[in-house]
Amino acid sequence: MAAAESPKKFFSLRFDPLLRALLMTPLAIALVGSCQSAPAGKAAIDLPDPVHSGPVNLPPAQLGLPPDPIHGQKEETKGFPVPKPPLSKEYWPCSDCHNESQPPNRTRRELKDEHTNIKLHHDEANRWCLDCHDAENRDALHLASGVTITFDESYRLCGQCHGTQYRDWKSGIHGKRTGMWNGEKQYLLCVHCHNPHSPHFKPLKPEAPPVRPQSIR
Amino acid sequence: MLTENTEIDSSDAPSGEVAETPEQKLSMSRRNFMKHSAIVAGAATAAACSTEELEKFTQKRLRELSQPELQALIKRMEADYKKKFKKDVDVRATPAAEGVKFGYALDLSRCIGCRRCVHACVKENNQSRPTPEGPHNNPIQWIKVLEMEKEKGIDLTDSNAYYNPEEVPREGHFYMPVQCQQCENPPCVKVCPVQATWKEPDGIVVIDYEWCIGCRYCMVACPYGARRFNWAEPNLPADQVNTNTHILGNRPRPKGVVEKCTFCIQRTRAGRYPACVEICPVGARKFGNMLDPKSEIRAVLESKRVFILKEDLNTQPKFFYFFGI
Repeated sequence: MAAAESPKKFFSLRFDPLLRALLMTPLAIALVGSCQSAPAGKAAIDLPDPVHSGPVNLPPAQLGLPPDPIHGQKEETKGFPVPKPPLSKEYWPCSDCHNESQPPNRTRRELKDEHTNIKLHHDEANRWCLDCHDAENRDALHLASGVTITFDESYRLCGQCHGTQYRDWKSGIHGKRTGMWNGEKQYLLCVHCHNPHSPHFKPLKPEAPPVRPQSIR
Repeated sequence: MLTENTEIDSSDAPSGEVAETPEQKLSMSRRNFMKHSAIVAGAATAAACSTEELEKFTQKRLRELSQPELQALIKRMEADYKKKFKKDVDVRATPAAEGVKFGYALDLSRCIGCRRCVHACVKENNQSRPTPEGPHNNPIQWIKVLEMEKEKGIDLTDSNAYYNPEEVPREGHFYMPVQCQQCENPPCVKVCPVQATWKEPDGIVVIDYEWCIGCRYCMVACPYGARRFNWAEPNLPADQVNTNTHILGNRPRPKGVVEKCTFCIQRTRAGRYPACVEICPVGARKFGNMLDPKSEIRAVLESKRVFILKEDLNTQPKFFYFFGI
């Protein structure tokens, strides 16, 4: 009997007007509070934002921001056994030329004096050099978050847009691994196969076809 | 069994006591004569050929050999190769590892049909090279790359293995390399009349070249056309011999035996990737242990839509195709 009565009691309590009013009060306060705090949050965005308006090459930690809360840094910085990236001996290290004597020119333009051999065919309508290359530290790249990374970790940069390929590369489906299937292996970097400035594969000359059975004597 | 024999012997005994007719006496003596002459002839043949040849003639199948017998055989093979190629050929008999089942996956959306895998395989596995000028041309390639039209899809009958354009991939075409599918239920093994081919514990279908009689039943039974026959003495120039070999894999073959892809048994049983995986310029080929949840092959099987060739034949290949994009 008691068990049958208690839900009834609870039911009647829930719809008691006085109790309902009492229960609703904190909720109402919370709602009003959130409405009031909304303009305050907007005002915070209106303030100068170092990430979006200032130089984009500083890591969040240096900007006083917490590390990326959604993706974290754990897996990303784990590192993969990759060989050295194929940097051109002619230009590397970049800081040989791009140093204090040459302040970075951030205006988007066609390069006429140097690096004329690089023809960008990689979303060229929307991107240019300094979207990937770091203007402050020329021997590094930077992610969209502003974190600078070395050329050894360039897969993190590529993975920002090519998420499915990055996911597959990490599990060994995309790209190529060499070495031991049950032990130490080398992962090729994205840039070992794809030219980052023009990533589409170039056609190859095929090797000799098999001999037709009728021409075997 | 023993009691049965003794019973038969005891029942035979009285019949032996029955007096023989002259005809019977004559036939017995003829039989004895035949028996003796056969022994003499056999002994004469044995005396005529060297002990080495006799050893080869009385060679047991590889699967029946004890460890010392196997080692002796390997030594004999290495000596033969030394004589033939004037260099040390290392023949190994590494057994299958525990808890390993090899699987292979090929990304058809990446393959560009460049045939780098075909020629890397020829070099790695000591296949017979073409000899257009010689009298016995016996070119062998274990991998066949089929060119197909994108519009028609996977159509084996209309595919072309002899394409040779200036550049690949050709517009509107895609490429499908076919090699031994290492079936779980291999029809080639079923038809071999002498059991010279079998499936190893790690899933590789292998051939005992010493025991193969060259009847080519297996070639007919294979639905993938993966087996090749040495119609003539293989043309393997001494300077092109890969000296790292396996007794069931890439050791130089004699004339008159069947051969095929073994997932580069000499490499994979030593933990390495097959030669075709390592050469592929577009990374279309994936290899690994299907029993290891962290292997690449498992990643493919778990996250991609894979398919196998001629699924309806219930051969259960361990060679999977998929479209990675």
